[in-house]
Amino acid sequence: MSFRYIGRKARTKEDPRFVTGRGRFVADIALPGMKHVALVASPYPSARIVSIDTAAARAQPGVHYVLTGEEFCANTDPLLIGVDAPEVKRWALALGVVRYAGEWVAAVVADSRALAEDAAELVEVEYAPLPYVVDPEAALAADAPLVHPAHGSNVLYHRRFVWGEVEAAFAAAEHQVAFRAVWARNATVPIETFGVAAHWDAGTQLLDVWASIQMPKYPDQTARALRLPGNAVRVHFDVDVGGSYGVKRGIKHTALVGYLAKRLAMPVRLIEDRLENMRGGDMHGPDRFFDMQVAFDTDGTIRALKIRAVDDVGAYAGRSPLQLGKPVTAICGPYRIPAVEYQPTSVMTHKTPQEAVRGFGQSPTNFAIERAIDRVARHLGMDRIELRRRNLIRADEFPYTIPSGSTYDSGDYHAVLDKALAAIDYPALLRARDAARDAGRLAGIGIATCLEPSGGNSAFEVLFNTKNETTTWMDSCLVRVDLSGAITGVMNTSSSGQGHETLVATVVGEVLERDPATIRVVHADSLTALPSNSPVGSRMAIMLGGAAAGAARKIKAALLAIAAHNFECAAEDLEYADGDVRLKGAPEKKLSWAQLVTIAHRNIHKMPPGLEPGLQAKFVWEVPTGGGLPTPEGRIQIYPCYAFEAHLVYVEIDRDTGKPAIRRYVCGHDCGVMINPDIVHGMTYGGIAHGIGAALYEKFAYSAEGQLLAGSFMDYLIPGAQEVPALKIVDHCTPSPLTTFGQKGSGEAGYLGAPAAIANAVNDALDPLGVALERLPMSHPAIWERIAAAEKKS
Amino acid sequence: MSEALYPIRVEVNGVARTAQVHARLSLVDWLRDALRLTGTHVGCEQGVCGACSILLDGEAVRACLMYAVQADGHRVTTVEGLAAPDGTLSVLQDSFCATHGLQCGYCTPGLLIAAQALLDANPRPSEAQIRDAIGGNLCRCTGYQQVVEAVQLAAERLAGGGR
Amino acid sequence: MKSPPFEYARAASLDEACALLQQHGDAAKLLAGGQSLVPMMAMRLLRPAWLIDIDEIAALKSVRVENDGVRTGAGARQVMLERDAALGARVPLLHQALAWVGHVQTRNRGTVGGSLAHADPSAELPLVAQLLGARLQLRSDKGERSLTASEFFVGPMTTALRPEECLEAIDWPAWLEPRVGSAFTEISARHGDFAMVSAAAQIALDGDGRCLRAALGLGGVGMTPLAFAALAARLVGARPSETDFDALARAAAAQCEPSDDLHASAAYRRHVARVLALRALREAHRDAERVR
Repeated sequence: MSFRYIGRKARTKEDPRFVTGRGRFVADIALPGMKHVALVASPYPSARIVSIDTAAARAQPGVHYVLTGEEFCANTDPLLIGVDAPEVKRWALALGVVRYAGEWVAAVVADSRALAEDAAELVEVEYAPLPYVVDPEAALAADAPLVHPAHGSNVLYHRRFVWGEVEAAFAAAEHQVAFRAVWARNATVPIETFGVAAHWDAGTQLLDVWASIQMPKYPDQTARALRLPGNAVRVHFDVDVGGSYGVKRGIKHTALVGYLAKRLAMPVRLIEDRLENMRGGDMHGPDRFFDMQVAFDTDGTIRALKIRAVDDVGAYAGRSPLQLGKPVTAICGPYRIPAVEYQPTSVMTHKTPQEAVRGFGQSPTNFAIERAIDRVARHLGMDRIELRRRNLIRADEFPYTIPSGSTYDSGDYHAVLDKALAAIDYPALLRARDAARDAGRLAGIGIATCLEPSGGNSAFEVLFNTKNETTTWMDSCLVRVDLSGAITGVMNTSSSGQGHETLVATVVGEVLERDPATIRVVHADSLTALPSNSPVGSRMAIMLGGAAAGAARKIKAALLAIAAHNFECAAEDLEYADGDVRLKGAPEKKLSWAQLVTIAHRNIHKMPPGLEPGLQAKFVWEVPTGGGLPTPEGRIQIYPCYAFEAHLVYVEIDRDTGKPAIRRYVCGHDCGVMINPDIVHGMTYGGIAHGIGAALYEKFAYSAEGQLLAGSFMDYLIPGAQEVPALKIVDHCTPSPLTTFGQKGSGEAGYLGAPAAIANAVNDALDPLGVALERLPMSHPAIWERIAAAEKKS
Repeated sequence: MSEALYPIRVEVNGVARTAQVHARLSLVDWLRDALRLTGTHVGCEQGVCGACSILLDGEAVRACLMYAVQADGHRVTTVEGLAAPDGTLSVLQDSFCATHGLQCGYCTPGLLIAAQALLDANPRPSEAQIRDAIGGNLCRCTGYQQVVEAVQLAAERLAGGGR
Repeated sequence: MKSPPFEYARAASLDEACALLQQHGDAAKLLAGGQSLVPMMAMRLLRPAWLIDIDEIAALKSVRVENDGVRTGAGARQVMLERDAALGARVPLLHQALAWVGHVQTRNRGTVGGSLAHADPSAELPLVAQLLGARLQLRSDKGERSLTASEFFVGPMTTALRPEECLEAIDWPAWLEPRVGSAFTEISARHGDFAMVSAAAQIALDGDGRCLRAALGLGGVGMTPLAFAALAARLVGARPSETDFDALARAAAAQCEPSDDLHASAAYRRHVARVLALRALREAHRDAERVR
């Protein structure tokens, strides 16, 4: 397919306002008379709240109120969780007990944030410490202290899925490997913390909400928590969000602020400071270990996988147990593996809860799978690339259905791998590595070939909770052409840097053959918005792009209908070009864009009967291949489209200090048709950088006493420009047969394969020493410890 | 205890601004809340992320680590002061748009300040020097790649005559 | 993370600052570049009733390059030292160390005196001061006194500064031998982070390559930055070899008292101390040999 605008390098619509400092983030919004919230947090990982004395705090000048859980939890509904665990209740403020160090116990409302913090220090809370557990395996033991005693255990979710003849495959296979891979608790940690401001208008009985939000069903859940009808909440989706990559589901912050705004009849704002954010914002990510077993033959054919995944979700559920479910959509990676056993366990401990993190569990899973592949290769003495070639699904096998029920739409994994190998000049890289080794240095090449499922069909919700029959995963767009002929697209959710305005303008421009630079894209609010499931799961290029195209096509059809009516011909007799319509063979018979627009808006007498006046169209649609429910064995189609990444990394390690240096990085990337290449590349680079962080630097480390040790930017180490090397992406395009232009989603790109590739590189470097490192992050001391262990052995 | 107010006079983006401020009010909070120059952002309030970077007497500093009172008598440039008075983007700002060196825009003002300070002092920076100059500005969106390309493009354009 | 309330006074002179310190004593803290102090205020780890701003005292910002060394006012910004070529020629270790200090924004505000008074055992400037035997000039309302670096650094984040005293200036001695080389190296999690371990070395050679003088220091592995004058003195008199450096590095590492923290264990620190000490000695030696 060749396009006029799609796929071309083009400046985005969003960039100009941000480079001039004219973004509109939630902390930039000043509501008249606005008050500020600061939180009082528990210092204990587990304790009964004996008493809370707010008198001294309330007496401070400038303080309007101090809210505790006793009042708040009686007047609002607990927040929804994704699994069937009705006794695991969660509110923004603790009720009776605290379950993690950092949990919010009281909220102070004052004239300024500084005064609120001053008063927060004066709130006197008496605690009676209780037993606690912070290790997930200890939490699984029968005698473990229970995080939610009423739930009866610390297990939020467990199931054993068996897809295919797993035991038979293991029995028949010539070889097996087994090992544990450990992914560290990390998250996306955007540079902007979560913030929310709310204003309750008693006259109109309407709660206005501005937030740094990236969350499906946010207005609905806000209303529900506050016991308001859905149309009593208006969320402003036009607030700029300073990065989210999954986590900004601040429903607890919103319920709190919304309640306070209504209760106090004052506009109220909470902007998390970084300490509140890291410990009490509930936005940690997967904290998971994998016990992997692989059954394979001498020729490298992988027969089956057994994956046991245990994830420590912290003290409350949120979305997190479901982050064990999404990887079911690509549970065998890009490989032809006919039998898989998957045992996910979601366990609670007395730690900060998790939220949805970029990839929703796919990155840790890819890490475990790719480490398994490398271990298989090592066991057989086979080249790691050759092993992958043999097992990668071939281009002629698509669409390919994996044992867990999802069908991969399209791909050419071998071609992408070849491109990446060529781009890094793999033979030369091998020689460089070997020369480094000959000179006594530790050097390794890492390879990861991984999937990036996209389209955001959250069918893992029904997979993990049979009581939940939600199968609608939709998105929408409204396009209107005004009387002047100018085009406006309306999107129905928030954006956090993905370039959605540019996406919509490009797609609408493509269909209507009008310059995207002239097309304005705005965000509706939740009262005027069409249904949307938010930018999650790399879905917007597919879903919003598809909806924008759908709406634009309806407008194009209307224009053709108007012309056909006026030329008294059939639509097939017409030619559409740049918005003008001509009669084929009679070019003087033309209606220009301006003329057609005028007819549509003003000349009802020239309109075909049945066509509504004006020129606008909405398009709302379900995710392709969606709508299914799982089989009893837990087979289900989850995401529709599968983008693919082939990462190649060259690493050298200082053998005396364990410090790794990434010297070369190439990522082969196939997400089908790219609507704006710079936007796609940008997100992929960012995902790789985040992956470097997960692999080498980032961890929400806890003490044995349940205290978060990495609770600020001094100890939670986000990579800077000197930690991230120059990155190179090589593109390939295998269009999706399921989408409007062949585009696949790509918002999670890079992150899904980088940790795997870097882990494989470090392990390749350590391989000559006969040691491996299966635990992230691979800090300098952790790597050195392995080197030292090898030197001791020898 | 009622907090005392201290008079300050600061030149901000070329305009003299006077105010009475509490001692503990940070420079970034004063710029954002009192002057409504909300382009400078807060990310950590402990001097690590660099989102609050501004030029103080032409040098890049973290505005979260200064109190507004300390800025008395000094010159501050924020991201709002980078474009020309008629709104024309600076070569650097325009280069960020050309390479798409940003996504969510939150860290961008701080990056622009750090990069502008670099180009003012070193018009022909190497890639390593660029990464060093922005090393104290954290970004979660871009992976720095297209940011570095933006600064390189700006340097080229400035070397070629400033367009 | 808003600072707790405090009263503020901007001192126009060192005399005025000392008078204010005398008046308020323990209830006051000095504010200069703020790169260490303000984060602690934001996290409410410090609650001084008074902040005395000494950052506008011009006399404290002077930098004088003399024949036998460099005198930096305590208020001199780190970036000023970085940009001073004459200073870099006279005391090269200062430039070598400053390359590792934080990021550009840190050094544009941070002061020499601020870093020394903060006395983080893993900080770069304190290590250089310890290694070179810098002299620190302290001033109070009552008068002046002068301390050596080893007298000044008492423990982690603890100096011999009395509540009523202010650092005035630091004398960094230069080595006057014709062939002097130096090196500074550190290892940290990310570029600009606090060092897990840092090492600095300086060596003077005669025309035949015999060692005339040597100094070795390690940071981040003790209660204060550590200087190994006696150990380093063993190099004097002979042409130093790799074996000598290795022995010296081992001996120095054996004398450290590193601790565990989130980012590195004591064992790692002790091991890396030996590695970096060796690298610093080697590099300083190579640097000296390059001088003809």
